[in-house]
Amino acid sequence: MRRIYLDHAATTPTRPEVVKAMLPYFTDAFGNASSIYSYGREARGAVEEARTKVAELIGARDEEIIFTSGGTEADNYALEGVAYANERKGNHIITTSIEHHAVMEVCKFLGKRGFKITYLPVDEYGLVDPDDVKRAITDKTILVSVMHANNQVGTIEPVKEIGKIAREAGVCFHTDAVQTLGHIPVNVDKLKVDLLAISAHKLYGPKGIGVLYVRKGTKLVSLMHGGEQEKRRRAGTENVPAIVGLGKAVELAGQEMGKEAERLAYLRDKLIKGLMEKIDHIRLNGHPTRRLPNNVNVSVDFVEGESMILNLDLEGICASTGSACSSAILEPSHVLLALGLPAEQAHGSLRFTLGRENTEADVERVLEVLPGIAAKLRAMSPLLKTQK
Amino acid sequence: MTDPWSLYSEKVMEHFKNPRNVGEIENPDGVGHVGNPVCGDIMELYIKVNDGIIVDAKFKTFGCGAAIATSSMVTEMVKGKKIEEALKISNKAVAEALDGLPPVKMHCSVLAEDALKSAIDDYLRHRKLKKQT
Repeated sequence: MRRIYLDHAATTPTRPEVVKAMLPYFTDAFGNASSIYSYGREARGAVEEARTKVAELIGARDEEIIFTSGGTEADNYALEGVAYANERKGNHIITTSIEHHAVMEVCKFLGKRGFKITYLPVDEYGLVDPDDVKRAITDKTILVSVMHANNQVGTIEPVKEIGKIAREAGVCFHTDAVQTLGHIPVNVDKLKVDLLAISAHKLYGPKGIGVLYVRKGTKLVSLMHGGEQEKRRRAGTENVPAIVGLGKAVELAGQEMGKEAERLAYLRDKLIKGLMEKIDHIRLNGHPTRRLPNNVNVSVDFVEGESMILNLDLEGICASTGSACSSAILEPSHVLLALGLPAEQAHGSLRFTLGRENTEADVERVLEVLPGIAAKLRAMSPLLKTQK
Repeated sequence: MTDPWSLYSEKVMEHFKNPRNVGEIENPDGVGHVGNPVCGDIMELYIKVNDGIIVDAKFKTFGCGAAIATSSMVTEMVKGKKIEEALKISNKAVAEALDGLPPVKMHCSVLAEDALKSAIDDYLRHRKLKKQT
């Protein structure tokens, strides 16, 4: 059976060009980038070349790029790093109620250790109101963290406007750009961010590598102690092949992003329109226009997400849901609840995130298969009857 | 083809794909309604009882793969059983009949047991009322 992968927000396949660029750094050029002999210099050169590529794509300086083990480490480093570097200045952090767990859980962690966290609400489309940020800032505020785009519903946040507010107030501003880099333009000056988290495997790079951008002058306490790598800001031998892969992925994304975003947005809109036409009692989650070019998130009333995912999987289609029947708490996605969805609609959510390999035929296949799945599950749903 | 990394056993998937006894019973002798939207599982179980024997059982379920499979299995298990026997069906027995459930999904088998007990309670309550009148 032909498999159709529609979960690119979870991870992307590593591009062959990226793998090819990485391979020599496992074997021939295996050196430790800190060594001064030729092997080490080769590795160092490759690391610095990748650094420049990342810096160029986001409009930063090379020395503002810190390689990490991924998006989660970058987010953890940004939040904890700023929190502990500014303890004397204040203890208040502002974030949103729809952040990725890599931010949300760090905030909860810090909240248990004396920091005061404000979780800003979002509107029904998942948008944060910049005025809410303005109102929440106090003289104790040391950090604002608002994601660039939401990983579940694809809403693109008004980061630029929030950045302006944070800067005027003299408060450090972090954004999680894991879902946006390589997909829509990300420029640290335009967005007015001081810290920005990146992950390679969301843009056809390898897993296990990411970046924290740190604007020059931003005070940060290191999380990882040890060697003097990354100017003592992140200890540990550089993951040279992965860094090279990230560099290549970033380079390719920079070249192709505009056209690809346009192509994906077309497929996205076709899928949304088709689903709305073919299935009744379905709603689009997230913003109708301010959304990632590849994100489709819908709630299919009266049915539960996992049972749809399993049925789609039987047809070779890979997607995800905000239902959480397998997690210990059983509560559905905090993002969908923050958007104001009732629990049963949040449990009935489906996310399709498109990518490079997807074609119009893939979209058509979903449109062919999903209405039948919804009908089958609705026939056994006790919720439908109570609606009649 | 078996998929060793699958969350569910083949039997669970078989019941999920072809659930038995889906629907409602007209004029049932007992109805069980358990679960809530927050945890994402709602089960309704209907039974028809004749001379103390469950002659038919049907279900309607909103929930994950395990919730649907356990609903299907429990309705299969109770059919033809005396009320006293049906009351002895535990969630573990339902899970075992499905060749096991992942630990995170055991709550679905608990729900199936609860749905059955609740349907039987409903039946017994009605019978008592009938006797009184």
